[in-house]
Amino acid sequence: MLDIPITAEPVLAERTGVEQLHAASHLRRLEAESIHILRETAAEFRKPVMLYSIGKDSSVLLHLAMKAFHPGKPPFPLLHVDTTWKFREMIAFRDRRARELGIDLIVHTNNDGLSQGIDPFTHGSARYTDVMKTQALRQALDHHGFDAAIGGARRDEEKSRAKERVFSHRSAAHRWDPKNQRPELWSLYNTMLAPGESMRVFPLSNWTELDIWDYILLEDIPIVPLYLAASRPVVERDGTLIMVDDERMPLRAGEEPRWRSVRFRTLGCYPLSGATVSTAATLPEIVREMMASRTSERQGRMIDRDSPASMERKKAEGYF
Amino acid sequence: MSYHEAPTIAASDAPRLDQDDRPTLRFVTCGSVDDGKSTLVGRLLYDSKTLLDDQLDALASESRTVGTTGGDLDFALLVDGLQAEREQGITIDVAYRFFATKLRRFIVADTPGHAQYTRNMATGASNADLAVVLVDARKGVITQTRRHSHILSLLGIRHVVLAVNKMDLIGFDGDRFASITAEYLTLAGQLGISQVQCIPVVAPDGDNIVAVSARMPWYTGPTVTAYLESVDVSGDVSQRPFRLPVQWVNRPNAEFRGFCGRIASGTIAIGEAIAVQPSGRQTRVARILAPGGERDRAAAGESVTLTLTDEIDVSRGDVLTAGAAPEVSDQLAAHLVWFDDEAMVAGRRYLLKCGTASTGAVITTLKHRIAIDTMAQESATTLDANQIGYAHLSLDRALVFEAYRDDRDMGSFILIDPISHRTAAAGMIDLSLRRATNIHWQQLAVDKSVRARLKQQRPCVLWFTGLSGAGKSTIADLVDRRLAELGRHAALLDGDNLRHGINRDLGFSNADRAENVRRAAEIAALFVDAGMIALVALISPFRSERELARQRVEAGEFIEIHVATPLAECERRDPKGLYRKARAGELPAFTGIDDPYERPQAPEITIDTSELSTDAACEHVIRYLRDNHHL
Repeated sequence: MLDIPITAEPVLAERTGVEQLHAASHLRRLEAESIHILRETAAEFRKPVMLYSIGKDSSVLLHLAMKAFHPGKPPFPLLHVDTTWKFREMIAFRDRRARELGIDLIVHTNNDGLSQGIDPFTHGSARYTDVMKTQALRQALDHHGFDAAIGGARRDEEKSRAKERVFSHRSAAHRWDPKNQRPELWSLYNTMLAPGESMRVFPLSNWTELDIWDYILLEDIPIVPLYLAASRPVVERDGTLIMVDDERMPLRAGEEPRWRSVRFRTLGCYPLSGATVSTAATLPEIVREMMASRTSERQGRMIDRDSPASMERKKAEGYF
Repeated sequence: MSYHEAPTIAASDAPRLDQDDRPTLRFVTCGSVDDGKSTLVGRLLYDSKTLLDDQLDALASESRTVGTTGGDLDFALLVDGLQAEREQGITIDVAYRFFATKLRRFIVADTPGHAQYTRNMATGASNADLAVVLVDARKGVITQTRRHSHILSLLGIRHVVLAVNKMDLIGFDGDRFASITAEYLTLAGQLGISQVQCIPVVAPDGDNIVAVSARMPWYTGPTVTAYLESVDVSGDVSQRPFRLPVQWVNRPNAEFRGFCGRIASGTIAIGEAIAVQPSGRQTRVARILAPGGERDRAAAGESVTLTLTDEIDVSRGDVLTAGAAPEVSDQLAAHLVWFDDEAMVAGRRYLLKCGTASTGAVITTLKHRIAIDTMAQESATTLDANQIGYAHLSLDRALVFEAYRDDRDMGSFILIDPISHRTAAAGMIDLSLRRATNIHWQQLAVDKSVRARLKQQRPCVLWFTGLSGAGKSTIADLVDRRLAELGRHAALLDGDNLRHGINRDLGFSNADRAENVRRAAEIAALFVDAGMIALVALISPFRSERELARQRVEAGEFIEIHVATPLAECERRDPKGLYRKARAGELPAFTGIDDPYERPQAPEITIDTSELSTDAACEHVIRYLRDNHHL
């Protein structure tokens, strides 16, 4: 079945001089496109906001926003939807970066969900995600009256995302209608909104996971240390390694946290983020490990596997 | 960390990087339903090892449950991402996919083959360097192939790979392949598609996709992948004159004023002379800020921020230019691909977006429509969704542009319906109809506010809308007399009277009715500009048209007065005997009888004359004008 295989590219750092230049100019083109999209958003909307999830894509997005409006600051605040179950290192990193860059940071938590005691262990990841992420995001957008929300989603992440526009329209109820999307030609974006409607904007649409890592390396962008391997306390549950980040995690009979050298390919809520056993403690090492990997980055995310077409459904409901 | 220093690549290296060749090829796939487009793309992803173990597992399991290949891997499932697509086994929207080989990176837009989704094909083609057109070897070149190729040529695609698929189903017949090739080359020649490579393939099995097919030894050309890796598609926009559409004015503090944008064509260096269009003012480049830091020069494709040596007025929508002057005109001719289910209406105002500029635009004439099968030009007055035509457009203000064939970024536009906000059409500018170069808006010393102060009134439009016989003209006439008594300056534009004069060339077709309303709105806006109160009495049944009239003046200057007398009362009065005629079928498309009247959703004033006398209605309007400081 398989014919002559085409070999994927080597890690940026390990390529020859000419190959490095090629890769770098490819990244410069992506960078120019993303900056164009960020400036269009600032120019065309009344009150934009940048969704900041603290992950690697958010780090790249924030870096691009700083460049787009240099020597000024980005003309929009950052919004972090805090489920209260993020890794502690993520929260520390978030607060430090906002302080260092001098950017407004809005943190929103769904207090209704909190007072109902919604957590990922007892309510299941699907319900938890809906209440603490999707509902929370909608609350925050409505409360502040944001008409454009910039996010770090990429088209290579998932099949329904491959079909989403760079400027993706949302109804007043925050719904995405995948079958009725506005055609998007050239670099011309239809940014018109009726009252109550909003736009989700994805400047990283044309980036791949490898591009993100190459760019982090090229630009020396700070990332949460959880992406790098270190000895961390984990339990193995349903075939996934979960880090015991705080005392709220209920241990099942026979579960004993063990210290292992692990890292994370994607970051989210610690009870829903699977760790990978790894000794890759530097950026070039993890990029190399990623290149050799035979699984996709979303594999460690437990919410994508809840049901078939689950991402498309969650997106239609307002999830990012 | 500082954002004007890139840590890894020194600033001096940057220009060299940007003049590099194109390592990324963007291409679009198109063809009819079931020609195997998604399968071809899926196969490219599969063979380039872009797919990972968990994705392959998911593919294997979905192939068994919803696949159409009897349990073998169904590559189409890799790109048909939406649930409805997988259920129906069709592609309904553009999917963007990424893969790379040792020599190149690829971004592929997989577009649907259904006739009603032509707009998605145009979308995919708008950013592509090359197109892969699939045909079914059993069917050869069909109507859809012609339609898609025509759109490709309109969108400026000069490189096509014709993949003749399903060769296994015609017994790998080389003669049949040759005749399909010949037919397509004739078509491509007519369309100005200069580079065509025809390749016989079997997409599900991979023949001639990556590996040379042993089953077609008579074919000696390149495989699809080999061709995509080697084809030269460079059309160097950096050799053209410098153009920078201004996106955003960056003013973080009093010392810095920078103009941000992505360079559409050409190069620029510090100290070079540039002009700001459409004003034509001259200045020089002081500094160039690129994402990697301060630079001496920059080239097409880069997102930069320029500062200028002079303090001159530059805002979003202006274009910074050097070298040969660009086209500056408010009249242009363009090819249109119509997208919206609502057909094109000549005379209706749409919002036009070109580069970073936005302006109102009216399609004045549809010169012709293209019959897609024969490519003949046929006369037509409208375009339906998925139809292609050539039109003249008149814009509210001068636009800075280039012909699309010379510059995609500066020559493309979209039309947006101002009410539904749908993207109604894509346009490719062919030429300027009137050179408005150096004809700029005169900044007049005496403006609206000066004239209004002289008259001691704040100008506005009083727009009376309602059914025939509702009492619009009667009330407007009384308000006009009342204003005169108060020593105010007003002018009354009555629908019937306008049709005796400026609008006497107009009939009662939808397009003529729209034009009737448009002219009234324009005249009213001129009166407002002259500091006067304009009274307009027009049935104006459509919300969209009233909305456009509202947009012609500033906020607070448009007062919509709904004369909301019920239909039964209007028909009882029937002052002109029109309802009787309409009921007798003598007046087709009469508003209220067999044509809709769209009630205003939030009029400033509502008057029902079955409850209010004409005098009381008039006082109501005068009171509103006083309360809102127009008098």
